[in-house]
Amino acid sequence: MASITLENLAHSYLPDPGGDHDFALKEINHIWEDGRAYALLGPSGCGKTTLLNIISGLLTPTSGRVLFGDKDVTVSSTAERNIAQVFQFPVVYDTMTVRQNLAFPLRNRGMEADYVSERVEQIAQMIGLEADLHKKARGLTSDLKQKISLGRGMVRDDVNAILFDEPLTVIDPHLKWELRTQLKSLHREFGHTMIYVTHDQTEALTFAEKVVVMHEGRVVQIGTPKELFETPAHVFVGYFIGSPGMNFVPVSVTGNKAHINGNTIDLHHDYGNPQGDILLGIRPEFVRLSKSDGLPVQINRVQDVGRHKFINATLFDIEINISANEGFEIESDMIKIEFDPANIGIFRDNWRMNGKAIDQSNGGTV
Amino acid sequence: MEKTVNQRAWLLVLPVLVLVAFSSIIPMMTVVNYSFQDSFGENIFFWVGLEWYQELLRSERLWDALGRQLLFSFIILMIEIPLGILVALSMPKKGISASICLVLMSLPLLIPYNVVGTIWQVFGRADIGLLGRTLSDLGISYNYSQNAFDAWVTVIIMDVWHWTSLVALLAYAGLRSIPKPYYQAAMIDQASRWNVFRYIELPKMRGVLMIAILLRFMDSFMIYTEPFVLTGGGPGNATTFLSIDLVKMALGQFDLGPAAAFSLMYFLVILLISYVFYTVMITIDKDEAKQ
Repeated sequence: MASITLENLAHSYLPDPGGDHDFALKEINHIWEDGRAYALLGPSGCGKTTLLNIISGLLTPTSGRVLFGDKDVTVSSTAERNIAQVFQFPVVYDTMTVRQNLAFPLRNRGMEADYVSERVEQIAQMIGLEADLHKKARGLTSDLKQKISLGRGMVRDDVNAILFDEPLTVIDPHLKWELRTQLKSLHREFGHTMIYVTHDQTEALTFAEKVVVMHEGRVVQIGTPKELFETPAHVFVGYFIGSPGMNFVPVSVTGNKAHINGNTIDLHHDYGNPQGDILLGIRPEFVRLSKSDGLPVQINRVQDVGRHKFINATLFDIEINISANEGFEIESDMIKIEFDPANIGIFRDNWRMNGKAIDQSNGGTV
Repeated sequence: MEKTVNQRAWLLVLPVLVLVAFSSIIPMMTVVNYSFQDSFGENIFFWVGLEWYQELLRSERLWDALGRQLLFSFIILMIEIPLGILVALSMPKKGISASICLVLMSLPLLIPYNVVGTIWQVFGRADIGLLGRTLSDLGISYNYSQNAFDAWVTVIIMDVWHWTSLVALLAYAGLRSIPKPYYQAAMIDQASRWNVFRYIELPKMRGVLMIAILLRFMDSFMIYTEPFVLTGGGPGNATTFLSIDLVKMALGQFDLGPAAAFSLMYFLVILLISYVFYTVMITIDKDEAKQ
């Protein structure tokens, strides 16, 4: 096993890429540390599968290098890289039994029969397929097929990393949780480097130690689930993580004050006097309805989803989502909202600004 | 809920019933009728029962033709199926060259059977044909109208030329439907080219190959036009397949009764073989799914 380094990596599917927009994957520098579990999160078409295929060697990047440890593998074949990959749709060899499926990668590498059968038993036990070893692979359910796929990757003991390309897409919802938990415990137990591509934030946030969020071919943030939630680095991360996503309100900012339609919102940080497209971002969880203080809103609808109430309101023509706890009573004269200043983020041209911390005693809610 | 009895549904299927009656059932019953009767002309018929059937089953002529027919179908299947797969595997996967290939491959399929026979008849002639003349100039004795072996070789090559594209096109469609991740997984598993074919491509092509085999079998079992134009069933009876024999009997000798009995048995044989073939296919499919 080894760490995986991406150096100035970029890829375009066009033979002769011109500008930035021709690149499916824009320049990226990143080190995937050995033995960690990563999620690669982003909507369809954001370049995550491209990135995954470059790491596994199914694609050769237009520019940049891929290193496994210190070794440059940019042009090495998939087999040389010792990568395992689990695809969106389960890939099994239909005519073989589960046992033959698991043994296939080892037999292709010319391993001895004794070793192969021992290793296959071992892996089958790890992923819970011992009982199905004699069965034909084609008759199995998709979750078992996906396990075979995973098993074929893990059966090689020199595997550098296991890549997952939206592996739970075709799995029944009630099995998704179970498989993900199993995957996590396999990771803890055997310490493979795992990279898990998904567009489902729940999957990403529960599986990974670090989540890499991609948007339009660019990595916009790499962080723990907590960081993504509390301090999204890009407007897209705010939208994409959380349900509903972050609220964004266009404002103007001077120092530690934000202004909107003649109202002033106090901030915890000093942002100077930023120019450009300035947005104030706040998660629905940190917006509170109130009777007297704050900004005037018009409430459109309330959805009770059990543990939460989602309130949709309009603030100066901008839609705002508010999340309130179950016990919170909504009264008819609640026509104002307050923002929790500690959880406000200011974004300039879509990217989060780092303000200077100021003395808290000056602050306070609106 | 009470079921209402409504016989008007019959009205809706009536058109198709009438159509099928006129296109297949009535003509077929006429044949059935002939097969049990004898006639000496002037539209006078005598009931003879199963006599024609018994006579045919005893006749060497029918069994010889059947033997030739089975041998022919077997040979062309053994050539066309592997060759078709090979062609499909080596066809370009996309782009303009793929389209050109597809068009070129379809050409033999679009040529009328009669013309195919004529093309090969001229092509193989020892005096003026390109193939026949070249072979005889090279000192190879080749004459499809006098040598039974040469006639067979020509008929088989003609059929392979005419129909391998069909198998190739079907196999190509099967190959194109294999999702890319299968190949990627095979790359990761370090599978050899042969293993990719054996464990991915062949199993995925199985459905279309079964159809190809069934189509080619039925079609070759009924072959008439091309060998008729090329050799007329000769030399001697060397290339007299079932259809050619049937036409000789029905139109050449105008033996309506025996020819009708022949037709029905011919039809039943094709039906039976196709049915057996189909059932075996389905059973294998089910068994594998169960395991």
